[in-house]
Amino acid sequence: MRKPSSTLWAAALVLLLLPSLGKAELVIEITGGAEAALPVAIVPFGWEASGDPPEDVAGVITTNLERSGQFTALPREDFIETPSRRDDVRFQNWRALGVDNLVVGNIERDGDDYRVRYELLDVFTGERLIGKSFRVGSDALRTLAHVISDEIYESLLGRPGAFNTRIAYVAMSGNESERQWKLVLADADGYDPQTILTSREPLMSPDWSPDGRELAYVSFENRRSEVFVQDVASGEREKVASYEGINSAPSWSPDGNSLALALTRGGQTDIYVIDVDSKRLRQVTNHYSIDTEPVWMPDGKSVLFTSDRAGGPQIYRIGIDGSDIQRLTYEGNYNASPTVSPDGKRLAMVHRVDGRFAIAVQELEGERFRVMTPGGQDESPSFAPNGALVLYATRSNGRALLGTVSLFGEARRTMSTEGERIREPAWSR
Amino acid sequence: MKSKSKTRWLLVALLALFLTGCATTGDEETRVEDREGLTTEELEAIDRERAAEARGLEGQRMLEGAELDEMLEDPDSPISRRIVYFAFDSSDIREEDMDILESHAAFLTDHPDQRIMVQGHTDERGSPAYNLALGERRAATVKRVLVINGASDEQIQVTSYGEEKPAELGGDEEAWSRNRRAELVYR
Repeated sequence: MRKPSSTLWAAALVLLLLPSLGKAELVIEITGGAEAALPVAIVPFGWEASGDPPEDVAGVITTNLERSGQFTALPREDFIETPSRRDDVRFQNWRALGVDNLVVGNIERDGDDYRVRYELLDVFTGERLIGKSFRVGSDALRTLAHVISDEIYESLLGRPGAFNTRIAYVAMSGNESERQWKLVLADADGYDPQTILTSREPLMSPDWSPDGRELAYVSFENRRSEVFVQDVASGEREKVASYEGINSAPSWSPDGNSLALALTRGGQTDIYVIDVDSKRLRQVTNHYSIDTEPVWMPDGKSVLFTSDRAGGPQIYRIGIDGSDIQRLTYEGNYNASPTVSPDGKRLAMVHRVDGRFAIAVQELEGERFRVMTPGGQDESPSFAPNGALVLYATRSNGRALLGTVSLFGEARRTMSTEGERIREPAWSR
Repeated sequence: MKSKSKTRWLLVALLALFLTGCATTGDEETRVEDREGLTTEELEAIDRERAAEARGLEGQRMLEGAELDEMLEDPDSPISRRIVYFAFDSSDIREEDMDILESHAAFLTDHPDQRIMVQGHTDERGSPAYNLALGERRAATVKRVLVINGASDEQIQVTSYGEEKPAELGGDEEAWSRNRRAELVYR
């Protein structure tokens, strides 16, 4: 990625590098300040037993909230005290540090499990907004930290968080003669990556079923593009589309019964809908141009797709019965890879500007258009299930990695693994 | 130059046919020549060569094995250049690549049982799904040019790998320009 050109992007680059925890773990960087973000402090959770606690729950919460772009967390070295319960908090200290909200808690052993208690406090009123305790196994502490992050996020912002969710992506490794493609699932923050499919031929376009139990994707394992559906838990898979020509870009319908996809039949690439059980196929578009990468609107009545019928690729909407085609994007000569926010109000896309590819967001009502990333080779955007972040593929110093950008701040974050090119991320719904 | 190399390849093909010892079915011309002093093997070889020559006037229907390999590897062969390149987001054949496709078309016309696969590729930028379709269109355009120039539809299969199989992994225009391509694959 080249240096950000505009002053907007040059402003305030805070780099926070978390240690890489081994080969398969993602390296995480947070870039960009957060304007108008809520100042919070997450105090390290109390731990009475000897040694370190098995998971830095407060650290995970801090990273999550900062990544959303809607919070700034006070650095630990600025803390004057480290209380673990409301009764021990001296609120005037935290007010002086400019903190609006404070999170305190503690972790205790309980047999083989752990008991975790936390409180979310309003520094100005001293009021307790949340007070909860949980009992979990050691392998669930990280998940619990995501659950707590979601609760804090929703309590302070009034909309659900998306920290306790998962992502899928394609990882490519190896040299030119020995390339390998993997389909990987991970926590939304990139941790705990699990490979669910390995292939010597390309894998593309993963998309989560609405219930999060299945993934649709494209595999070239038979030396041509075919669409598969795989059960995430059992690994069982089924070939859904293997027509002559390309079979590509599957997208689950909101009811989980069918896939919109792009097929090349009779020499032209069009949008189709296939019923996953019966394999009954319906054609949606019919145009000599390229029509591809359909995504459903949340009401299931129309799809957005990319078409170059006007010359370069632009984004269109069409009724699922083939009616009411409408062009949505006019900014620049390359807009592709549409993804729709869960409320159906926003469209994110890949946008080419001055020869660079950036992630842009457009309001579907009112058509306000914003370029969200500095650009370079940013592509394959995917909305978080709460619509607050967009996950995308990007490049940095020749590496292919994932980035997130907040719709409500300037915070950007990247995740990468050593020796792998990470592409085509998809956030679960 | 083009027709010269064509003649040369016809000779190579004939020789190859001779060496593989195809069945002698053609009519044998009566020629006045001195056969004395030649061994039986040599005489038979001459007969086979003549038969092959007679068949060769119609051309071989297809090349395979070592014969095809040699053809693919020799830089002077009409099918030695098997990659054409494209501009960004374009599937137009560049003027300078037309010769390449015309000589493949001529070769396919001369060898009507020859089958090839045209693989379309793109650079790594932009939408992977759009690129897959763009690669397909590049391959289809190549096929159309081959068919217009005399190859038959059944001889040519098209496929696309989009941006998934770059020829080069670099992240600059030099690598990208080499990755925006269609490859004509004979085996």
